[in-house]
Amino acid sequence: MNSELHPAALLIIGSLLLPILPGRLKQLWLVALPVLGFLNLLIIDRDCTWQVTLLGYELNVFRCDRLSLLFGYLFHVAALIGSIYAIHIKDNVQLTTAAMYAGSALGVAFAGDLLTLFLFWELLAITSVFQIWARGTDRAAESGMRYLLLHVTSGLLLLAGAAIRYHKTGSFAFEAMELDGLSSWMILAAFGIKCAFPLMHTWLVDSYPEATPTGTVFLSSFTTKAAVYALARGFPGADILIVVGTIMTMFPIFFAVIENDLRRVLGYSMINQIGFMVVGIGIGTSMGINGAVAHAFNDVIFKGLLFMSMGAVLHRTGKINGSDLGGLYKSMPWTAGCCMVGAASISAFPLFSGFVSKSMVMVAAAEGGHIAVWLCLLFASAGVFHHAGIKIPFFAFFAHDSGIRTREAPTNMLIAMTLAACLCIFNGSFPALLYSLLPYPVEFIPYTLTHVITQNQILFFSALAFAFLKATSLYPPELRSTNLDIDWFYRKGGRLLYAGADRCLNGLNALTHSIFVGGLASALSRSSRNLPGHLINGIMRPYWLLRGYQGRDLEVCRRRILAQSQSGGFPIGITALLAVVGFGLLLAVAV
Amino acid sequence: MTEESLKRSTHGEPSEKEETHVFDNPRNVRRVIIALFTCCAVLFLSDAIFLVYHKHPSFEEGVFPAEHWFGFYGVYGFVACVLLVLIAKQMRKVLMRAENYYEQ
Repeated sequence: MNSELHPAALLIIGSLLLPILPGRLKQLWLVALPVLGFLNLLIIDRDCTWQVTLLGYELNVFRCDRLSLLFGYLFHVAALIGSIYAIHIKDNVQLTTAAMYAGSALGVAFAGDLLTLFLFWELLAITSVFQIWARGTDRAAESGMRYLLLHVTSGLLLLAGAAIRYHKTGSFAFEAMELDGLSSWMILAAFGIKCAFPLMHTWLVDSYPEATPTGTVFLSSFTTKAAVYALARGFPGADILIVVGTIMTMFPIFFAVIENDLRRVLGYSMINQIGFMVVGIGIGTSMGINGAVAHAFNDVIFKGLLFMSMGAVLHRTGKINGSDLGGLYKSMPWTAGCCMVGAASISAFPLFSGFVSKSMVMVAAAEGGHIAVWLCLLFASAGVFHHAGIKIPFFAFFAHDSGIRTREAPTNMLIAMTLAACLCIFNGSFPALLYSLLPYPVEFIPYTLTHVITQNQILFFSALAFAFLKATSLYPPELRSTNLDIDWFYRKGGRLLYAGADRCLNGLNALTHSIFVGGLASALSRSSRNLPGHLINGIMRPYWLLRGYQGRDLEVCRRRILAQSQSGGFPIGITALLAVVGFGLLLAVAV
Repeated sequence: MTEESLKRSTHGEPSEKEETHVFDNPRNVRRVIIALFTCCAVLFLSDAIFLVYHKHPSFEEGVFPAEHWFGFYGVYGFVACVLLVLIAKQMRKVLMRAENYYEQ
């Protein structure tokens, strides 16, 4: 039996039932949606095409190949884990948009043309922002607005690029593109924003730590991975991606070391991991693409796991700063254990998932003879263990005892974290299943003696460096602080622009007001009241002098004329009437 | 964070009656550190295996000979992390602001 139900439709339409279902049924449906979606994907008719006509354009809303299928499976798994983690949430808006958000990511993964891609791309932005706003704080509201602005910009760039491309080629087909014109650069920039390219990355570290504990888990799973999929589909082998990806692996780890908010540390570490994927896509060989895609798969699970463990800490203690936490292994041992599995996976310890996928990207770089890139990736591998592998579990669960005593995370969170932890170990220990799903045949054996030893060497000596720096007090302490990033330019720059506009425009307004309302209008009013009086006085003065008026009499006459002028009380009406009558008579005689 | 769970969590010094945990005992902390040192020493020396067993190189032969140096990966990992932290510490001087910097 083959299904002909679009994967995105099930989650997006199914999510609309969530607000009307009561308690337990709602929870059941929330978890059932991704399970049903996954089953649907297993039996879906892969050759099925849904041709939709929109505004006279033929759209291909379903294109199914190995690449899109892998991301299809991944997004369902991520949605299931996220749903179990968020099952206690009663906020209908947050739950409904979360399921829609997962559906939008599926829409992106199966989009066969750029217009369909654009529609789901925008839906991705709109549904995801509610995961941030649901936190209900002022910071979350502002951060969500900045997030939305950047993501809508990304959508507009994609639409503009697609339109120019259609004009040039007569097709909206979403296939591999050459970077040969404005349209492809615009589309690359659109993907780059969602992929958190350097200088476009700040939305990620700005908004993810402001979202709800459950919201961040969803956010970390879909947006950036949908963008990685789009890059792998649109720009495999684009050389510029090797440089961009290498920068992405390097710069965030420095920020992560000095960051205090542990979810923001994970945000920086996320950019670092996406950097590996971007490098793999840039290299573009079958090893590079396989590595990038496999690492995207593993990253969703282990990064989700790390965000879940930090979310559980935030949920239980209300705190997330490294400076406020410590010693939580006593109260939350299971969460601590799951966090360490995630940490081992992101650090690529043998038997954990990162080991079997990150190394594929490094091998691809080495096979291409990119020595500098390979050295940077090795540096970043050591660095990621340092800041995500050690720092996150150490400052949250160990370090000095903060004195916080709380309870273990709720059962649903523990189930979700355990599920993710098991997947991390399964993918790391038995990579054959993951490898069988990759776009190209895999000719890579991760477990060689050389690889296991060298990887352990780099990781254990990184741990030794951490121990050395802590022992010698060279390690920077966790401090309550904000570290400036590129967003300073638009956050403070925006305020400067606002203040400048306020001063200039409101100053101009005040000046105009004082001239026209304060000065000119009153001067006009004064002169129109007094001018006739002064004129008449000027004309009459010689006459009064000739009449012999002097002193007081003269003054009385002058004041009377002035008063009549101000009150408009001249006996002009009669004169005017007589004049009109006279002219009338003259006209009558003339005619 | 629900209010209910906030109430449940207590923020204060652990009471004296509380059971001691594994890392409350300094000896256990020392054991972890000794285990780390031992692992590092063993891993460093395990490069000797490659004197007899062929090391599977990442690069093609002759492209990047440094990967065959004794202890290359260990030294690189250690130096990378120390540099990372020392540079990041200097970055704080330029980049660090008050926690509510953007709200001011």
